[in-house]
Amino acid sequence: MNDHGDVDQDRRAAPARHDTAASQVSGPDPREELPEHLSALRAFAMSLTRNSAAADDLVQDTIVKAWSNIDRFQRGTNLRAWLFTILRNTFYSDQRKRKREVPDPDGIHAATLYDKPAHDGRLAMNDFLRAFDQLSPEHREVLVLVGASGFAYEDAAQMMGVAVGTVKSRANRARARLAELMHLDDRNDLLFGDDATALAVMGRSGIAAA
Amino acid sequence: MFEDSQGDTSKARLREQINDNLKRVYEETLKEDVPDRFKILLQQLKAKEAKT
Repeated sequence: MNDHGDVDQDRRAAPARHDTAASQVSGPDPREELPEHLSALRAFAMSLTRNSAAADDLVQDTIVKAWSNIDRFQRGTNLRAWLFTILRNTFYSDQRKRKREVPDPDGIHAATLYDKPAHDGRLAMNDFLRAFDQLSPEHREVLVLVGASGFAYEDAAQMMGVAVGTVKSRANRARARLAELMHLDDRNDLLFGDDATALAVMGRSGIAAA
Repeated sequence: MFEDSQGDTSKARLREQINDNLKRVYEETLKEDVPDRFKILLQQLKAKEAKT
């Protein structure tokens, strides 16, 4: 009972079956939980690649790596964070390998994907996506991790392998760049000028803030 | 670096709007059905391991 750290965490995860094989951990295979994380992995991959075929390939590689390296996953810790880490590391190492990746400078892909009837904030959404596509993957990553994925700054920092302060400053720079790309630095009316549009775009948080 | 001349309130509002749009983009994919290729892949990985 003097053990701390990993062993305690393992016990919490699997209290019924402990100490059956000395240091060997038993309990449910975390790989059984993989299906629960597929949607989130795809959403995160899409944020990085901005291309659904590339995103799905990235998710596939992530699953294969996670499957064969599951013994490196620390039980009791956040499986989704571990999977996200594999996914982003795979993405950046692929990117380094083939630098001639075709970009989507005009955001054409995203514009067609999200081109829906243009009212009630949809226009702002298209502008947003066009700007979002022009960000570097690093900026998209930090914005999605801290702004949409539901992860805490600490989790994001661990995934990205940087300090929490770096996550915050990178997120600030990314937001500033996004605003710049949407010309919000000199044209505040795009998002804020029309109250109806702004409220439609803001959705739930608009209600919460009211 | 970008300077917000409107002050903190405007900055907070901008951040909120950006986050809201980010969530919409993110959830758009989240809501999609997971392609069968991933379920098949998991089955294949499982089957391969069972053999060894």
